[in-house]
Amino acid sequence: MAILVTPQSKILVQGITGEFGARHTKLSLDYGTQVVAGVTPGKGGQFFEHAGHKVPIFNTVADAARETGATVSAIFVPPPFAGDAILESVGAGLDLAVAITEGIPVKDMVRVKRAMQGAKTRLVGPNCPGVVTPGTGEGSRGGCRIGIAPGYIHKKGRVGVVSRSGTLTYEAVYQLTVKGIGQSTCVGIGGDPVNGTSHLDVIKLFNDDPETVGIIMIGEIGGSAEVEAARWIKANCKKPVAGFIAGATAPAGRRMGHAGAVIGGAEDTAAAKIAVFQECGIEVAVTPSDMADALIRTAQRSGVALS
Amino acid sequence: MNIHEYQAKALLEKFGVPVPKGAPAKTPEEFVTALAALPEGPTMVKSQIHAGGRGKGTFTDGFKGGVKFCKTKADAKEIAGKMLGNTLVTLQTGPAGRKVQTVYFTVASDIKKEYYLAILLDRATSRPVIVASTEGGVEIEKVAHETPEKIFKVHIDPAYGLADYQIRQLIFGLRLNPAEAKNAAKLIRALWNLYWDTDASMVEINPLITTPDDQVLALDAKVSFDDNALYRHPTITELRDLNEEDSKEIEASKFGLSYIALDGNIACLVNGAGLAMSTMDIIKHFGGNPANFLDVGGGASKEQVVAAFKIILGDPNVKGIFVNIFGGIMDCNVIATGIVEAVKEVGLKLPLVVRLEGNNVVAGKKTLADSGLSLVSGDSMADAAQKIVKLVAA
Repeated sequence: MAILVTPQSKILVQGITGEFGARHTKLSLDYGTQVVAGVTPGKGGQFFEHAGHKVPIFNTVADAARETGATVSAIFVPPPFAGDAILESVGAGLDLAVAITEGIPVKDMVRVKRAMQGAKTRLVGPNCPGVVTPGTGEGSRGGCRIGIAPGYIHKKGRVGVVSRSGTLTYEAVYQLTVKGIGQSTCVGIGGDPVNGTSHLDVIKLFNDDPETVGIIMIGEIGGSAEVEAARWIKANCKKPVAGFIAGATAPAGRRMGHAGAVIGGAEDTAAAKIAVFQECGIEVAVTPSDMADALIRTAQRSGVALS
Repeated sequence: MNIHEYQAKALLEKFGVPVPKGAPAKTPEEFVTALAALPEGPTMVKSQIHAGGRGKGTFTDGFKGGVKFCKTKADAKEIAGKMLGNTLVTLQTGPAGRKVQTVYFTVASDIKKEYYLAILLDRATSRPVIVASTEGGVEIEKVAHETPEKIFKVHIDPAYGLADYQIRQLIFGLRLNPAEAKNAAKLIRALWNLYWDTDASMVEINPLITTPDDQVLALDAKVSFDDNALYRHPTITELRDLNEEDSKEIEASKFGLSYIALDGNIACLVNGAGLAMSTMDIIKHFGGNPANFLDVGGGASKEQVVAAFKIILGDPNVKGIFVNIFGGIMDCNVIATGIVEAVKEVGLKLPLVVRLEGNNVVAGKKTLADSGLSLVSGDSMADAAQKIVKLVAA
């Protein structure tokens, strides 16, 4: 089944005519993703054309959803307008909004998150690589690619991957694929201090997904989201889980690229998080090169076939 | 973005938070005019650097204390002369210390009691939180650990803002007398307005004090802002002091690179923040020491790679370079070409290990191999990390 999106999910792209949004919309279309609409205020009625695809552009998300049946939005809108764009997809009653935009002011996200309370829309991101549910074609084509991840490194299968970081997700996915182990869905939740879907939210979805048999959870310094997820896993998750935490050598008080990757107190260091992982039965990857192997180790111990 | 105490105090005053009367000075000539603005009597002299622990710091010439109490303005002027231009080392500056380019004179207040007050983001709830404590003037982490019952917190609903009952919760928690409570209520409201209206990341008043005549004052102030929101606060952006920032980090930001200097000798050049952090980790894991964090971002161009090489080579401690690129969407061959050109342009003599993976990687590796450069190829992150650690140790 995969989680969040399937190859049949209908996607609209907010910011489809911007350079960034256009580039990745083309890659998603090439991948075989059902991109059915674009939204750029003032460009309604035009089309986004690429390799034989003709994607209609609408002025509003509500129009796009109503006319095309899109239920998921990929948001590539520049930071000053991205909070508003997220709320527009919420207002249109979409199931899922995936915000790729990096650099949204924290205050905007605090307000957006408050305004989303009780809404049916789930937010993934912002500042994230997006969501990929691989397909069965060559280079996993025919799947659903929302965001900026390279589609071809994936392979359809049964491992769920959740991470705050983009390239580290690709690293894990690639290690799995090279070993012949496919993925059910890969979710980048983003590196910002205030985001929509958390590690724990995704872990719960993977736990409930019959197709997913093992999970890789990748975290980093800052905040306590990984710790919260680990404790839930210990109490509730029967599937093998491997984990990695980036930032063991990061100095305290410095923001390491991601706005959220900063050590504030004793609890959000890499060492503290790794200790909790171990205590919760999560197989810790010793280095980032060890992520797929760590999952294989724990799966073998619990007699789970990953592929 | 961080600002100096004297800038923070001016901002606090603008929002209606009472502070002791004060004036900054950047030259000995300005000492006279700054002190003329203050009444005769006990005066504080405060070194202005972006680091905590100033009071307990030592200057590199042996002079002790970056914050001093003086009985008279004449004494204050003399002490200021010892601080200005001198380099202050505190627990937070590292051994190199920071050069004091501004001193701040304030009226020395009569202190009845010290408190703690701060506003920041609580990540767990995605809401701002106001933290107050009856224990001021000490490290709040220590109070939180040893006597958590002395800390009071209220979370602010961003849809409503700070409610009056929440201010009352804080004030009753701090056990202020009625006159103090009235002043503190106004102060907390004003501080909240500052935090919310300016997109601050944190405002911290430590200590907040009461005086014998029941005034409530911000004796010290630390204010930082969300970099992503600076575009809508031009007057705050002007408060940035480039003297307080690492020149290499400033240079890197001009090229869209995220760079942080560390104290090791293996430089890293990586795409993506998570991968960059874990590249530092894996170097350490195999016994090496990373010289920096450097994220070239998702779409590294040749210009960025050249700039990145120049920045990391500007660090005299660097004895080797580890390039770790996962070219997801990017063409690895474009990156490889950029690396080769960069190495030639800067005339690199140090060991270089390149680990390249992803899109069009075969062509990329061929470009590196055919370049005639003496670089070493790594197959995985672990393989490449072990190679660079070995080369640098040799």
